[in-house]
Amino acid sequence: MTAPILSAKGVTKRFGGRFACRGVSFDLWPGEVLGIVGESGSGKTTLLNCLAGRLVPEEGHVAYETASAGTVDVHRLSEARRRLLARTEWGFVHQDAREGLRMGASAGANIGERLMAIGARHYGEIRRTASDWLTRVEIDLDRLDDRPTAYSGGMRQRLQIARNLVSNPRLVFMDEPTGGLDVSVQARLLDLLRGLVDSFHLSAVLVTHDLGVARLLTHRLMVMQGGDVVEAGLTDQVLDDPQHAYTQMLVASILPV
Amino acid sequence: MPDTIPEQDLGDSAYNYAYLDEQTKRMIRRAILKAVAVPGYQVPFGGREMPLPYGWGTGGIQVTAAIIGRDDTLKVIDQGADDTTNAVSIRRFFARVADVPTTTRTEEATVIQTRHRVPETPLQDGQILVFQVPIPEPLRMLEPRETETRTLHALSEYGVLRVSLYESIARHGRIAKTYNYPVLVNGRYIMSPSPIPKFDNPKLDRNPALQLYGAGREKRIYAVPPHTPVKSLDFDDHPFEIERWTECCALCGSTESFLDEMIVDDAGKRRFICSDTDYCQERQEEQSR
Repeated sequence: MTAPILSAKGVTKRFGGRFACRGVSFDLWPGEVLGIVGESGSGKTTLLNCLAGRLVPEEGHVAYETASAGTVDVHRLSEARRRLLARTEWGFVHQDAREGLRMGASAGANIGERLMAIGARHYGEIRRTASDWLTRVEIDLDRLDDRPTAYSGGMRQRLQIARNLVSNPRLVFMDEPTGGLDVSVQARLLDLLRGLVDSFHLSAVLVTHDLGVARLLTHRLMVMQGGDVVEAGLTDQVLDDPQHAYTQMLVASILPV
Repeated sequence: MPDTIPEQDLGDSAYNYAYLDEQTKRMIRRAILKAVAVPGYQVPFGGREMPLPYGWGTGGIQVTAAIIGRDDTLKVIDQGADDTTNAVSIRRFFARVADVPTTTRTEEATVIQTRHRVPETPLQDGQILVFQVPIPEPLRMLEPRETETRTLHALSEYGVLRVSLYESIARHGRIAKTYNYPVLVNGRYIMSPSPIPKFDNPKLDRNPALQLYGAGREKRIYAVPPHTPVKSLDFDDHPFEIERWTECCALCGSTESFLDEMIVDDAGKRRFICSDTDYCQERQEEQSR
């Protein structure tokens, strides 16, 4: 562990006069899962999009340590390089699985797309890898040729994760991966994610408004409010001993069962 | 040069030679030159309205009009046939406005405008094959946004096309696409070969003739220069294959040409005959000799 895999310095993004995120800096180390929590509209998703190069921030920069080509500035890369990075070394799990999946193609094709994009030309092998991944995300193999439109919300989300992880990415951006799922499905998905992150030694940035998800999956936490990071630290520390008034309010508003 | 136009055609001297005005022809020729320089790349051009409806070959007819000269011999085919309405009208159109001799013989023609077939007779150096193209964008059915398809071409991101082939095998056990089968031109651009049957795809590869593709509605021109490698997409374990028939042509007995299936009576009796009428006729003449 010599260099951080992702390093943000003073990332600022404005929409008109409004700050969506202001002066966000952090380092993400290999194998680490960083959580970004906060209420709706606090700039979590904008920050994530800036980090993944999907939005260009007005100020600040994001450096990514590539597998082989040294450190690159995510926003200075050519579009070709950035797209290549996005489909080989990165993954992006959308909140709405429909954005991240090809709804008109079967599950197998969805998983195989990245492989085919980077040069896989053997149908049988692509299919084998796709089946393998389907099993890993706990979807029955006889659903391999079904389209995601025939899947439930939780299955779509798992399929999206499989589609992203099939190219063995090093860094995964996740935008509310458990949003909109019922609690039992959430729990299974979280279990699955935790296992995958562990076994593939993934680094991840996870955006969520659910402190329970953050507690379970993340090592470190940043709390955002109105575009600012108001508190950051180890997850357990932040949640057990919140210092900022807003964090205290967040932690206090978890519904007791 | 009205003095060279035959007398019976003098009525058409109101039109410029080959119907289009010289500026338009220059613009189209420039697009063609660019298309030839970048094989398989779709060059936008300012398509004009032509005296026939979109879908009847407005793209092909503009390309032909831009390249044709008095010393050319024109052949026009529609799905392989020389005697269908569309082929006959386009041939007569150019005989009238461009004062060119027309032919049905593939070997005699210098310019062949075609709708959805490549002639069976091998083409030679110096011949030009003009295709009529309805949808020039091979990614269109997979990606509706034009901005996005352009980016995908620019970055050679063709994973999505593989997805469609994968889907075909997953559903049918083989690549079921039979026409408009996407090809990789010169190892760079993926191109729609227009709705020719995939039977004709191997003929595009390293063909000595120049292939020009004109899409009138979509206003795109692209080209495959002579002797350019053209590869049909496939998988290692599902290689590209062309159609095969167990029958032979009922008229000329050919087993090598693309056959049309015809139902000849109410009882569902079928006959197979060559789609390429010139090829079939030549073979019949040879046999009767």
